[in-house]
Amino acid sequence: MDELLTIENLSIRHAGRSLVSGVSLSVAAGERVGLIGESGSGKSLTALAAIGLLPDGMTASGSVGLAGRQVIGATDREVVGLRGAVAATIFQEPLTALDPLMRIGGQIAEVVRRRVRRDGRSLSRTEVLAEVMGLMARVALPDPARLARAYPHEMSGGQRQRAAIAMALACRPRLLIADEPTTALDVTTQAEVLKLLEMLVREENMGLLFISHDLPVVGTAVDRVLVLRAGELVEEGPVAEVFGQPRHPYTVGLVEAARAFDQAIGAAL
Amino acid sequence: MSLIDLTAVSFAYGRGRPVLDGIDLRIEAGHNLGIVGESGSGKTTILRLLLGLVRPSSGDISFRGAPIDPGDRSFMRVFRRAVQAVFQDPYSSLDPRQKIVDIVAEPLRSLKIATDVDAAVAEALSAVDLPREAAGRYPHEFSGGQRQRIAIARAIVSQPELVLADEVVSALDLTTRIRIVELLNVLSANTTLVLVSHDIGFVALLCQDLVILEKGHIVEQGPARDILSAPKHPYTQRLLESTPRLPDFA
Repeated sequence: MDELLTIENLSIRHAGRSLVSGVSLSVAAGERVGLIGESGSGKSLTALAAIGLLPDGMTASGSVGLAGRQVIGATDREVVGLRGAVAATIFQEPLTALDPLMRIGGQIAEVVRRRVRRDGRSLSRTEVLAEVMGLMARVALPDPARLARAYPHEMSGGQRQRAAIAMALACRPRLLIADEPTTALDVTTQAEVLKLLEMLVREENMGLLFISHDLPVVGTAVDRVLVLRAGELVEEGPVAEVFGQPRHPYTVGLVEAARAFDQAIGAAL
Repeated sequence: MSLIDLTAVSFAYGRGRPVLDGIDLRIEAGHNLGIVGESGSGKTTILRLLLGLVRPSSGDISFRGAPIDPGDRSFMRVFRRAVQAVFQDPYSSLDPRQKIVDIVAEPLRSLKIATDVDAAVAEALSAVDLPREAAGRYPHEFSGGQRQRIAIARAIVSQPELVLADEVVSALDLTTRIRIVELLNVLSANTTLVLVSHDIGFVALLCQDLVILEKGHIVEQGPARDILSAPKHPYTQRLLESTPRLPDFA
């Protein structure tokens, strides 16, 4: 298998305190892996460590490989080269990922130009614009020509998240890291964005690391899942096995809680 | 018995477009009501109207048959004692500089309710499963779920007939969320609940009646069982279809 992300025995410490301890996971091309846990479980820190973006003061040990290149201990310059080229990230709140003073089309175009420079090529303005329109259409943003001229505050939450996904795709990454990508969205918009992500990952044969606290969302978005609690992995396996026959008491509690909410609306199934 | 009635209520901020239009709603004692909608549906504005924080642009709102008049102080004191609220964010809704005893006792002081304050606070904390010692501590010493319990204790200390809850579990983890549901279920034996939420699964666990809001209009309302088993309006159908559920892996 073409391993895109390989994390082995990852530990993260801050001010003498252990935040993540002994986490190992891997994501291959075409594989959809979920990382689930509650607040403070270390799931977002694990994702940040994977792309070398841990906040100052936190130290990581163990091994993080992105397409075979070591991230822990690498220089900023080396890791910057891996971000985008190997892995792109979508965060929970698209407003924090977008520049409020720049039109959406311009923001996507900037990523396209950076990728082209990275590949040692150049594109004309018309070619960049054509690629921006293509990316916006790919993420099903309506009326791309008009929305390309819009500022983030002029778009809905769902449109902003689609624009953030278009920017991630503009890097042509082999691995997509999605950290709570639908948590800030309404349920009807969430369903559309999840379908879009599923389609893109399948069609581009990308690897997906999907981070969420939401069991039903993870249950439908990934094939394999890892359950984190207080910085440690407590259970992992195929999603049908972990959520269908959970073994660890913590996972049992999570599944029972999720089922209770599902059963309340079960009559509608 | 009807506690609050909204009749043909519309509301607009300034001269803007109405964010609520033609709302007819009845809150009856003993019947928990869930108001469900997405961003921009007007659910928070309904809550502000129900709390008497804003007046409708048109239409009437009454409490036990009498119009709610924020200018009538003695009426509002009776109203506030009967209707309390819990908000979404347990981190911003508690004053970080006050001890829990003062936070929970606040309605007793502001509503001038003559009672043994320490005993009333201890009873409210006990009702939300927090130890008596919690009274002497500060909000930052508690987790998100515990803070939401403190906010609920503050809401019930004046023994209100109605508690309005705005997205009370949205900021909480799943396992904490289910414990708050269990707590609200116990409390609803003595208090009617109005739950405003985007989460239809949460309100379905606690409410006998549902109101579905879309873009300022009620598109469907009635018994929760009927709406969940046979949603009539296309928006309700889409809402239910979009709500993620854990697949049945068995």
